[in-house]
Amino acid sequence: MKPRVLIFGYGNPARGDDALGPLLLERVEARRFQPPLAGLDLECLTDFQLQIEHALDLIDRDLVIFVDAHTRCSPPCTVQRVEPRADISHTTHALSPAALLQVFQTIHQGLALPSCFVLSIRGYRFELGEPLSPEAEAHLIAAGQQLENTVSSFFSSSPAAPDPTP
Amino acid sequence: MYTHLETAEPHPNLRRVVIDPVTRVEGHGKVTLLLDEDNHVKQARLHIVEFRGFERFIQGRPYWELPVLVQRLCGICPVSHHLAAAKAIDQLVGVDQLTPAADKLRRLLHFGQTLQSHALHFYHLSSPDLLFGFASEASRRNIVAVLDAYPEVALKGVKLRKFGQEVIRMICGKRVHGTGAIAGGMNKSLSETERDYLLQDADQMIAWAADAVTLARDLYLSDREHHEHFALIHSSFMGLIRQDGALDLYHGGLRVKDERGQLILDHVDYRQYTDYLREEVKSWTYMKFPYLVAQGPERGWYRVGPLARINNCDFIPTPQAETARQAFVAYGGGLPVQGSLAFHWARMIEVLHSAEAIRALLHDADILGSDLVTRGERRAEGIGVIEAPRGTLFHHYCVNEDDIVTRANLIVSTTSNNTAMNESIRQVAATYLDGQTVTEGLLNHLEVAIRAYDPCLSCATHALGKMPLELELLDAEERVISRVQRGFGD
Repeated sequence: MKPRVLIFGYGNPARGDDALGPLLLERVEARRFQPPLAGLDLECLTDFQLQIEHALDLIDRDLVIFVDAHTRCSPPCTVQRVEPRADISHTTHALSPAALLQVFQTIHQGLALPSCFVLSIRGYRFELGEPLSPEAEAHLIAAGQQLENTVSSFFSSSPAAPDPTP
Repeated sequence: MYTHLETAEPHPNLRRVVIDPVTRVEGHGKVTLLLDEDNHVKQARLHIVEFRGFERFIQGRPYWELPVLVQRLCGICPVSHHLAAAKAIDQLVGVDQLTPAADKLRRLLHFGQTLQSHALHFYHLSSPDLLFGFASEASRRNIVAVLDAYPEVALKGVKLRKFGQEVIRMICGKRVHGTGAIAGGMNKSLSETERDYLLQDADQMIAWAADAVTLARDLYLSDREHHEHFALIHSSFMGLIRQDGALDLYHGGLRVKDERGQLILDHVDYRQYTDYLREEVKSWTYMKFPYLVAQGPERGWYRVGPLARINNCDFIPTPQAETARQAFVAYGGGLPVQGSLAFHWARMIEVLHSAEAIRALLHDADILGSDLVTRGERRAEGIGVIEAPRGTLFHHYCVNEDDIVTRANLIVSTTSNNTAMNESIRQVAATYLDGQTVTEGLLNHLEVAIRAYDPCLSCATHALGKMPLELELLDAEERVISRVQRGFGD
């Protein structure tokens, strides 16, 4: 069985560097038939923001990578594992991946939580109508490479993970 | 009526209490109360503080951009604006009747929108108050606490919403701000794979929607005396109605019934709406106050949305929702149901109707049709009206010979409920807060009254050039350099 992977890029494409998440997903889609993505049961999702119902999209996944722009992470990008955490971000338009995992655990008691990571891409300007900044555009290339490295490392180092080798 | 609480008599010792922002609604609004020394309510107002200008900045754009542009009015109900604009520009290209495939695709899209919007509102925004109590602990009044305390209930709501969003995604390519409707039809057909993907869950959605009706009804009736009188006001109701009197969320004629259920208007061609409706502007809010011309601004206000539609229609053309409607009407005892909290019950009946209608359309062979666009003779004016989840939505455009929009007028559903929402909060303020120590729980009572209407406050504020406006230019030390005013005292 192929490893089941969800890559979820979110952000507002009309707000400058907030488009980084959805834009990275476009690059992923373009490379989905090349290693290391070729051996995966891969789904790419984009949305403006994380919402409660996205907990349903995490079902039956081995690996989930959230991709979002970040105003303060080290450039060009960072990757961090995400664990469930109850926070109040569900009361805002900025539901966090950790809070989403907490929702998953609440509504799917007994289901295995997938391994989750957040790939944060450094952004610089987020005003309505702004194009992607030149710096962010450069970070996008690095982030694409980082994402593939994350996928490769996860499946090569995780004994429980299915083998993505085609 | 509680109009005496709209504007307080000048008094030096009035105390101001503000709810800002109103929570668990779409958009931004605030409630202000003026209380005297004994905490008696002298004034209660719902202010809409967003200022957006859509009617103005879409002027100068080509008409074919409108269905895409106007979706940006809202992230909750973009499809409603998309379809209302599409219906308007259909007329610009001389189309009064779409092909069967295009008509049914638009209806399918509209039902998906209604389903997801209503599910979001009931489960995510309103259920915390109804399940935990209006004055329950503030930190629990949210969907996550509902997921924790009532996981089965909340999960059904989440999945109902997701299904509605998937209907939208299959037709428009995206859950939010996709594309689909164009002048004279649709830009893409539905594939068999997409149809089958949706159909696999259709029966389950109907079952869960029926559960939602039961839940909403039982919550309303569980504390009947309280809920019947909470935010109780008496109004006329307006909505679209099919030629045979059936509920029709996509197309029909205007019907208005008074508070006793007597017809004021029936089967009016909505293209003549300016003969029947006007909008009043007040200085203290960016949202206008529509009214029926024949009755004037004082008496001519009305309500729209699920309560209006279920009260107004003669029947619902899907069986389970029709059974639910009959129970609702029986509860009303022959008169329109007026309780504001009954909006939730009516809203869930529409969820059930939408779920049933989606399944029926998916089984209709026309839904896979590829004949999607038709044309007629060019016109300079187009009016599109639809029953959005929150009520009757009007889009009206004029274009010049170069197909550029020269004039736009929108009457958004929530705007029609403006007077009603203000009256409702005044009733609650007079009933629950008057003379009491103001607590957070009591203030939430005001929000519960507003939430019953499922207002979309971002949608409701779009006019530029019609409301009072004050502009101040400040220097770095925040001293006023110049000030311009327009509209005050007009």
